[in-house]
Amino acid sequence: MNGWDACDACLRRAFLVAMLAGRIAGLLGRPTTRVAGLLALTERDLVAAVAGPRADAVLEALDARDLERDRRAAREGGVLAICRHSSDYPPLLEDLADAPAVLFMAGERSTLARLHEEPAVAIVGTRAPSPYGREVAYSLGRGLAAAGVPVVSGLALGIDATAHRGCLAGGGLPVAVLACGPDVVYPRRHRGLHREVRERGLVLSELPPGTHPFRWSFPARNRIMAGLARLTVVVEAADPSGSLITSDFARDLGRSVAAVPGHVTSRIARGTNGLLRDGAIPVTGPADVLDELFGAGARAVPPTPQSPPPEPDDPLLRRVLYAAERHELVAAVAADARTSVAAARAALGRLESDGYLVRRDLGGWERALGPP
Amino acid sequence: MLACVTTFALEGVSSHEVTVEVDVRRGLSAFTLVGLPDRAVRESRERVRAALLNSGLDFPQKRITVNLAPAHVRKEGPSFDLAIAVGVLAASEQVPQEALAGRALCGELSLTGELRPVRGALATALGARRCGYASLLVPEDNAPEAALVEDVDVRGIASLARIGDLLHGRWRPERARASEPPAEGVDERADLADVRGQEDAKRALEIAAAGGHNVLMIGPPGVGKTMLARRLPGLLPPPGFEEALEITQMHSAAGIGSGRLATERPFRAPHHTISAQGLVGGGNRPTPGEITLAHRGVLFLDELPEFGRAAVDALRQPLEDGRVTIMRGQRTLDFPANATVVAASNRCPCARPPDRCTCTAGELARYLRRLSGPLLDRIDLVCQVEQAAPLELVGASDGRHRSEAVRKRVVAARRRQQRRLAGTGALCNGDMDGRLTRREVPLDAALTARMLQARHRLSLSGRGYDRVLRVARTIADLDGREALEEGDLDEALSYRLDGLDLLAA
Repeated sequence: MNGWDACDACLRRAFLVAMLAGRIAGLLGRPTTRVAGLLALTERDLVAAVAGPRADAVLEALDARDLERDRRAAREGGVLAICRHSSDYPPLLEDLADAPAVLFMAGERSTLARLHEEPAVAIVGTRAPSPYGREVAYSLGRGLAAAGVPVVSGLALGIDATAHRGCLAGGGLPVAVLACGPDVVYPRRHRGLHREVRERGLVLSELPPGTHPFRWSFPARNRIMAGLARLTVVVEAADPSGSLITSDFARDLGRSVAAVPGHVTSRIARGTNGLLRDGAIPVTGPADVLDELFGAGARAVPPTPQSPPPEPDDPLLRRVLYAAERHELVAAVAADARTSVAAARAALGRLESDGYLVRRDLGGWERALGPP
Repeated sequence: MLACVTTFALEGVSSHEVTVEVDVRRGLSAFTLVGLPDRAVRESRERVRAALLNSGLDFPQKRITVNLAPAHVRKEGPSFDLAIAVGVLAASEQVPQEALAGRALCGELSLTGELRPVRGALATALGARRCGYASLLVPEDNAPEAALVEDVDVRGIASLARIGDLLHGRWRPERARASEPPAEGVDERADLADVRGQEDAKRALEIAAAGGHNVLMIGPPGVGKTMLARRLPGLLPPPGFEEALEITQMHSAAGIGSGRLATERPFRAPHHTISAQGLVGGGNRPTPGEITLAHRGVLFLDELPEFGRAAVDALRQPLEDGRVTIMRGQRTLDFPANATVVAASNRCPCARPPDRCTCTAGELARYLRRLSGPLLDRIDLVCQVEQAAPLELVGASDGRHRSEAVRKRVVAARRRQQRRLAGTGALCNGDMDGRLTRREVPLDAALTARMLQARHRLSLSGRGYDRVLRVARTIADLDGREALEEGDLDEALSYRLDGLDLLAA
């Protein structure tokens, strides 16, 4: 099947947005929902609004663009393009007033069908979560995945990445929506996660391959996440924050918004607790989400099939694995595992490269999927 | 009459030969100095005149022309005084010219005729040896330092008054002897065992010392990062004679030497406000920077992200080449700069523990971006420093981490490396570049498979891969094994620098 069946008109629109990306960045200061209004404009209005006196030059450059060559280049890079007129285009996205003309995607085209069959859930939150937030995001991702619900997130640091990892651990369908081209890894340290999501799920973006992220493209990406999901769960978010932008989009679309209660004194729970006060659905675990999606008790979280996660056979490695979950310092891990620092270091290196542990963004380790 | 006297001019940290030609002939009384002298050298005329007269010698009332050859190199400083004075004496036949053959001299004069010590006496003596001068006259205070060069007959003189006697052969001062170096051994005040806890950092420092790797320590402020770094020179093998001579030469040229042979490796800890020039050297009159002063020792960069971007970037070339090259006019100056770098950083700008950290992701990224860059490419080990547990502060110090014991293991490991790396130009594992690393650290099939898996899963870059191999090699050397084992690679992987450079992206 030809993955590039996106029609010329839609491709033209997608490349127009990419060409104007730098100018949009100049026009919009702080990332806000305003970008949605901008992207809803018609081609002529958008160019006029963004490019101003250089509008004609931009349109000329767009006319001169060889779409066939773009198609070829992206196809060689393994990126598919699905336009609004394709039957594979996610129907939920059509609710957006400014639905992206083309979705560029890395991954298997057949997985798109699964997005049609099952309602997806978006899990979003802060890039610097607490251990509590991380734990909840992971268990939500894993539980929902195990129940067959696709998990949408943004591949950002913190909650996003943890939700993706949980989804991968639950054997579900991870969907990452990026603020850059689907082949661009941002942040770069998520190279490995980007690859795993691509292999076992979908990496989507409205921006063509090779486009780098802009400040405005993050809220723009958030509207796609909100659009793809039946329900959006916010796990730890400051106020204001990008996660609240996502929940605003979800509410505007009439989709359900859920939030995980947090400490009332915590800065990164101010956003979520505020959502709850405003009537968001309180979520304490995957079961709450499933009840909301399918009706109370209609679908349960299957007794976690992959739990407990795989563990190494070597007793020292096992001791270090347990200790690494509890401590952030190598010396503490070594003391807990009753071994020398050098041996603990070796064990940690081993556990990481075997895939039992991953380093956290801010120090310390967390359990990972284990060897494939 | 014409007389020629040889002296040496300090340039950077080494010296080059300068011939002082003095012509004294009948004519209007004048004293002209040519040959690109700077202000201090031009003022030398006044000092020489007064010193000669105050020493009971004759200052000829004739036309005196002094040329400093080679004439195209700028001459700086007061160290030419003695040579000019002796030249005047020889040209006016107050001392025999033959006495100057095969002899070099240097020194600053006071108006009373006393000789004052100069900077870079060791470099002068090394220059004399290089240029084949058997005898060197220096101010008395510089004599022990210059005498470190054993092939040169160094005599120290106190004042100009006796130089006539000396050159006439009526008086022979004692041959200068190098001052006794302080007793060998690890500095008692800086023993690793005094640092409580910090097991992870101690292990990393031991590996760093054994392989000459650069280290980055990460942890909150005030928990002993400086204390740990200060102990690294004591873990490195004691400097050999040639190395000690190099260290002494750098310090003498910078005017911070003790006049004795250095028996300890230097430890330099510049403040983070230092300029690029202060760090790598340079300037209108090129002076060695901190990295050169730390040559053969340790350069400690506390609060690495606070250092200026330009300063940190300037370190790239010296860390790769082991030397600083400074262009100055038409000449190129080389400063040796082979130091182990220990850098320290907080984990985030607010430096609070993770659960109370208030840094936004943006702030964190900016902070870490400042930390990234060319320097991180040269850092092989990243370790943690921690808040010491109260219990550890009262415990007895353990024998395993006595600096003496660690140094013994380090010396054995270094010996292995020298045998293996003989003829490659590298002295230790940390010196190996990518190609050399892959040649000298061969992996068998099982280990190759292991590294391929790790590389794939941990997204190691090419350089990151080389760093892991280098560190693994050192770990095996420390353990006294020639064969690399899986555990070495595993441990090396855990010190890798990941997240920092990537998070900053």
